[in-house]
Amino acid sequence: MKRFSLSRKQKRNLFRILLAAGLLVVLEVLCLTRVIPEMIWWRLPLFLIPYFVVGYDVLRKSVLGIAHGQLLDENFLMSIATIGALAIGEYPEAVFVMLFYQVGELFQSIAVGKSRQSITDLMEICPETARVERDGAEREVSPEEIAVGEILVVRPGEKIPLDGIVLEGSSALNTASLTGESLPREVAPGDEIVSGCVNGEGFLRVRVTKPFEDSTVSKILELVENSTAAKSRAEGMVTKFARVYTPVVVGLAALIALVPAILHWIDPALLPNPLGMVKTALIFLVVSCPCALVISVPLSYFAGIGGASRRGILIKGANDLEALAAVDTVAFDKTGTLTEGSFRVSTVYPAGISESRLLALAGAAEQHSNHPIARSLAAAAPATEAVAIADLEELPGRGVRALADEKELLVGNAKLLADHKIDLPANLPQAIGTVVYVALGGVFCGMIVVSDRCKPDAAESIRALRALGVRRTVMLSGDREPTARAIAAEVGLDEYRAELLPAGKVAAAEELLAQKQGSFVYVGDGTNDAPVLARADVGIAMGAFGSDAAIEAADVVLMDDSLSRLPVLFKIARKVRRIVLQNIVFAISVKIAFLIFNLFLPNLWLATFADVGVAVLAILNASRGGR
Amino acid sequence: MKKTFALIDLDCANCAAKMERAIAKIDGVNEVTVSFLAQKLVLDADDARFDEIVDAAAAAIRKVDSDCKLKK
Repeated sequence: MKRFSLSRKQKRNLFRILLAAGLLVVLEVLCLTRVIPEMIWWRLPLFLIPYFVVGYDVLRKSVLGIAHGQLLDENFLMSIATIGALAIGEYPEAVFVMLFYQVGELFQSIAVGKSRQSITDLMEICPETARVERDGAEREVSPEEIAVGEILVVRPGEKIPLDGIVLEGSSALNTASLTGESLPREVAPGDEIVSGCVNGEGFLRVRVTKPFEDSTVSKILELVENSTAAKSRAEGMVTKFARVYTPVVVGLAALIALVPAILHWIDPALLPNPLGMVKTALIFLVVSCPCALVISVPLSYFAGIGGASRRGILIKGANDLEALAAVDTVAFDKTGTLTEGSFRVSTVYPAGISESRLLALAGAAEQHSNHPIARSLAAAAPATEAVAIADLEELPGRGVRALADEKELLVGNAKLLADHKIDLPANLPQAIGTVVYVALGGVFCGMIVVSDRCKPDAAESIRALRALGVRRTVMLSGDREPTARAIAAEVGLDEYRAELLPAGKVAAAEELLAQKQGSFVYVGDGTNDAPVLARADVGIAMGAFGSDAAIEAADVVLMDDSLSRLPVLFKIARKVRRIVLQNIVFAISVKIAFLIFNLFLPNLWLATFADVGVAVLAILNASRGGR
Repeated sequence: MKKTFALIDLDCANCAAKMERAIAKIDGVNEVTVSFLAQKLVLDADDARFDEIVDAAAAAIRKVDSDCKLKK
């Protein structure tokens, strides 16, 4: 919204409007003070000056329009209305109608320009040039020319041009333009960073991992570029309405002008003054433009999409926003969507030794393995307690065996302990997740549960969705039943389906689609979610950091993987729908009320005010959608 | 083939809708969207006659609004 200035064309039009308005005021004052006599022939040429100043392009376009067979375009209607007004001697009114029409046009173009600006602001996430190290020197080249594996140099305050891995340096990245998240993200050597973030205070050397076409920035730009392609149903409806409304009103205007004239021609005594109705007919022409609707409805969606993108939510089309406003059923993938998708030690049950000792033993035994569970155990080991490990041996499908402080250490599943004839205590608690047992010197000394954790905002977001009127929340998971049940209960979902293969997910989605009352929204992140994302009324992919297939298939992308964006998104969708409805009802009712009112009290000034005023108010209302 | 063109000085929403209808009628056009807000034309048409169709679309645009130009 900032840094918005008028284009050259807009400036010129503004100048013409001000000039014509000034001239009109002067002429009106001269008329009222009788400097210009009332019934004198040169009154018309005088009023024609501001008329042409403000309306010459409308007249020119309407002539061209006739030549091209565009009879009912608004330029033509405005020309006929104003020329008619001039013909019946309403000179100031004619100028005023034209003037106000142009004010409305200028206003529209500014409002639309502003909205567009807010979306194009997003485009600035991509830097023009990038610094790359070549032949021992730093070169500035365009990001497209940089190959995978090259070394980038990013100075403080610069944008990251390509996705990569930090080799040297540490900094805090501002990801606000990607995620809407204001908290900076700390990065250090070894961390992956994505393009579009702004570097903080540190100096970074980055190895490029993706070519420009596949980098996060390019993918986002592509999404935004194409976001306005799909039209909403409301938009389609309004266009259809416009197609009918204009000809009907123009037809009525012709009838109003012609019928009295014919009656007068049949018998002059029947209708002594046929010209009286001409003015009403002209007013019909002035009010015949459905501009308020045709422009404000798409603008509302556009503003909504723009507003969402500033909050880290990319929406691919207006129709998606419309469907989101009627959300009824929301289904979620589990791993990576409701949960963080990474394993952590969730509970520790020591038996006879301290908790930290148990973690240290398990961590030491698993420190060299690459398995996700092993890594989570190694990460949980306290740094203060060192355990000397020798003779480490991996037992596939069991766990590991080693010597720790000269005693046999076993870390693994129940089978491993059973193999070594170690009895598990009978009263071990039930656990959700993967259970790792530890035994030292032939004695059971505890168990550790490793599980994927729910996202911290998951439960709260689900509650918020329910408060927003979402009737049914379902989890579709490929995971085992107990885990799925536990996660569904923890975040407070209505239902869950577990042990689903990708085809099973689609079948479950079909079933939910058949039972829905509003629209069916699916939230997922993995490649296996892509078919469901495509099948749902609205597919929401978690994160530009998620899988490419999911982002491709989805209609909406949440840039920061955060579930708390969902209520925000649904609120925006509702707000936009409310605004669209308001505008449709408001514009149509004012127009119809005015057409009726005019039959009794024709007034051109008022008609112009009503027409342009409605358009301006509707546009102002529409731009609210983004806030 | 699907291609996107910028439309310069497309300044009425009603015109955009008219252009869309006019272009959709051109022979060989599979799908067309004229976005007033994005000031863009997205045209999906026959590969073999694509250039010819683009010219016809440009003419249709001129016909609706003489100020509006298609940038190739």
